[in-house]
Amino acid sequence: MAAKKSAAATTKKKSDRDAATLSKIEKLARSVLAEATRGHNPALEIRTRALSNVSFNTKKKIIELGDRTQSREFFNTAMVRKFMQTMLVASKCKTLIDEGKTVSIRQMYYMSKHTLPNSTENTFEDQNESDPIIEDLEVGIDALREELHLFATRRGSVVGQLVIEDAGDRIDLARMGRGGWSVPSICEPDVIAFVQCKAEFILYVEKDAVFTRLNEDGFWKKHNCILMTTGGQSTRGARRLLQRMSLELKLPIYVLVDNDPWGLYIYSVLKQGSIALAYESMRMAVPNVRFLGMSSFDYVKYKLTSAVQIKLKKEDVARAEQMKAYPWFKDKKWQREIQELLDNGFKMELDGFLTKSISFITDEYIPKKLRDHDFLQ
Amino acid sequence: MKTTGEEGAPKRRATAETMASRQRDISVSEFFTKNRHLLGFDNPAKALLTTVKEAVDNSLDACEEAGILPELHVEIVEVQPATSSNQAARFRVIVEDNGPGIVKPQIPKIFAKLLYGSKFHRLKQSRGQQGIGISAAGLYGQLTTGKPVIITSKTGKGRPAFKIDLRIDTKHNQPDVVKDQTVDWDKEHGTRVEIELVAAYRGGRTGVLEYLEQTVVANPHLALTYVSPKGERLELPRVSNELPREAQEIKPHPHGVELGMLQTMLADSPGKTVKEVLCDDFSRVSPAIAVEICRLAKVNAKAKADRLHGDDLERLHQALGEVKIMAPAATAVVPIGEALLIEGLKRRFPRAEFFASTTRAPKVYRGNPFVVEAALAYGGDLPLDEPADIMRFANRVPLQYQPKACAISESVYQVNWRGYELPQPKGSLPIAPMAVVVHLASVWVPFTSEAKEAVAHYDELLEEMKSALRECGRKLASHVRSRKHADREMKRRSLFEKYIPEVAAAIGGILGMESGKVEKPFYATLPDFVKFADEEPVQAPKDDKGGGSPPPEGSSPPDEAPPPPPKDGAPGGKGSKGSKGSKGKKSAELTLVE
Repeated sequence: MAAKKSAAATTKKKSDRDAATLSKIEKLARSVLAEATRGHNPALEIRTRALSNVSFNTKKKIIELGDRTQSREFFNTAMVRKFMQTMLVASKCKTLIDEGKTVSIRQMYYMSKHTLPNSTENTFEDQNESDPIIEDLEVGIDALREELHLFATRRGSVVGQLVIEDAGDRIDLARMGRGGWSVPSICEPDVIAFVQCKAEFILYVEKDAVFTRLNEDGFWKKHNCILMTTGGQSTRGARRLLQRMSLELKLPIYVLVDNDPWGLYIYSVLKQGSIALAYESMRMAVPNVRFLGMSSFDYVKYKLTSAVQIKLKKEDVARAEQMKAYPWFKDKKWQREIQELLDNGFKMELDGFLTKSISFITDEYIPKKLRDHDFLQ
Repeated sequence: MKTTGEEGAPKRRATAETMASRQRDISVSEFFTKNRHLLGFDNPAKALLTTVKEAVDNSLDACEEAGILPELHVEIVEVQPATSSNQAARFRVIVEDNGPGIVKPQIPKIFAKLLYGSKFHRLKQSRGQQGIGISAAGLYGQLTTGKPVIITSKTGKGRPAFKIDLRIDTKHNQPDVVKDQTVDWDKEHGTRVEIELVAAYRGGRTGVLEYLEQTVVANPHLALTYVSPKGERLELPRVSNELPREAQEIKPHPHGVELGMLQTMLADSPGKTVKEVLCDDFSRVSPAIAVEICRLAKVNAKAKADRLHGDDLERLHQALGEVKIMAPAATAVVPIGEALLIEGLKRRFPRAEFFASTTRAPKVYRGNPFVVEAALAYGGDLPLDEPADIMRFANRVPLQYQPKACAISESVYQVNWRGYELPQPKGSLPIAPMAVVVHLASVWVPFTSEAKEAVAHYDELLEEMKSALRECGRKLASHVRSRKHADREMKRRSLFEKYIPEVAAAIGGILGMESGKVEKPFYATLPDFVKFADEEPVQAPKDDKGGGSPPPEGSSPPDEAPPPPPKDGAPGGKGSKGSKGSKGKKSAELTLVE
């Protein structure tokens, strides 16, 4: 019953939202046309998505996009191509909304790609050109990616003590076999609802291999939790899902990443958002996410041998130094953690625990960490 | 170190008396046969050029002196091809003019006696200077082929035409008339010179064709027909009916006269006072100035001129150089003129897109007035990535040899062309589609040698040349800048034009409008964001766009009037001088010349 009702509500809500998005796109087009008609230089105001326009909101503990905008003008040789591309993507998004279809950003790249008449130039030469334009449009007209009927590459798996409903299908995440339920790129309440949750916490791991290890070992059954991975940097969908689980299910979230600057950054993005998607932080950041490991101090704590050491590269050191300077890592314990990494002079992978035994991570490492409340936040 | 002991002294070989018996006059002709390189006959190719050149120079000088618009026929006939690789061919050079002709008794002397001429003794601008050229050419022909020089000349309608075969008696430097006949000649007046010589016909920088083409640049009033050894006929009609003003013969100017010359002038004036000599024998010296010079020199103005010597003479010489005095009469020097220089250049480079020229005010060099002119042709079909081409002229005569030794080349090297928007590798010529002309007009051109191949480096000349080039450079720079600007704007425009249909289609798609309707306001707004200079680029191919902006000269004032004033904010004159179309520019220069 409930399911049906929510589905109906979903379609209703969707069309409202589409109408709003459509009017945003039309407003953009009308203002450009009006400017040109008045003999002015048509310009799109787009909030600057760069470190210089990003700030750390210490109260909300998230990275926020500042108010600084940059004008993208048509009659400007440096901007005209991007201007054209932005309008092109806007028009294709309108088509998507009109037809009620959703495509990936790669498909959007192909939808908007064509060769300009009498030249060899394409409207877009590769996806690296169209992806930022899509983000520009999101910021420019203040619409979410899913509102534009676009989704990013999907990545991520979940298993565990949770029953959800995805577009009307009820799915028990405890019965997903070895692969887990794959996280869609759009995880908004109108498509995904949490039906029943028996889990006590969520464990998010960076690596797919570790996810498989834990799943095979039945970790989530034993510890009554939800297990999730995105295999590397987290995706929008996964982050949105994590935030919703945190807020709606009120579960603590533990993050397990490799002991290197890259792992730290994955944690950092989950916690307070990224620079590139700073405008989405509100919807994605999970400020109370906990850093379970792998800590630089674990080498000694868990009596690991030199076999797990991977020498820090020059770029690793530079990246670590850079992160040490981020305002959101200013806390003493974070400074200590990063400094220890630098002092060690080596990094470690979660897989390194296999030097101990196959299931050391499942049976000893994580349980002890949880028991000892040995995490950073 | 050996000491020259008495026993080491060599034996005397000759006495002063025996040596004296061997000392005798050297005939100029004999001297020439042994030193032909001094006069430009060092190799067969150069000999051919020099021969043509001497004959053409003489013809042009004669025509101008007589007040006749010159019409020349130059023909080179291969009489005998090169037999083997080291045996040069024989050619016959024929130069025929419509000049005043030469009276019969003078013909042998002019063409078959070295150092005989009307130009050597005068201070007057002319092409030839020494009176050695044409007879040397004849002598060269005689030495290499044994053939006489054949002269045909007629001095006027109804008068007989004489055809005279001449040889030079090289021992005595005397003409030897081989054959003398009266012939029928349909020409009213003129002279025809035929010289047969061993020579080589070459193209390129130092060839005859290059010489003629350059001559035509410096002589817009010359109508020339040229028939090459291959029988190709080149007709170059004149582009100006204006005969150059006749150069006035002048007296030396006090500034820069040499001490030795001053001494001679004073010594040659027995019975005259210093003041009288100064007034009579120098130009621009009035009695008042003569007195001022004497006062400066602390010399008695009434002293006898031929008695002056020692310190007095030196002080007088110094005073001559210091006294404030008018520059020598400009009438002594005849420049080509800015407008005609451009006409001359246009005749050679009809497709160049920009021309500039400058005629400097007369200056003095060692008491001789001179004028430097420079001109350039730029763009069009001139080679893009090669060093600029330099054409050097002295009294309208092209200089083709020894460019490295010439002050004219040096001046082009020394000008910083980078300041005028042209790339110029350090210490070399600018790399640009450009041909540069420098003309030195003077009553006495200081050549580095008697072959008259290169102008000597004198600071006064070099500075004037550089100033003239810089003036041209400034004119060019504003053209290049506006050209670059126009190119840039053209690129911008086409960039916007490329994207307008895309943007319009996108907006049309969003708003459900026809994209053609959306395009319109964009195209309408476009010109406001693409700023061309006051003028359109010279060869703007736009036929429908931009209304009347291409340069139909008459139509520009009515609707183009509004834009210029706000653009520069500068007085209108500046803007128009800098970057107006070539039409407006030419008229500006014509008025300057007057």
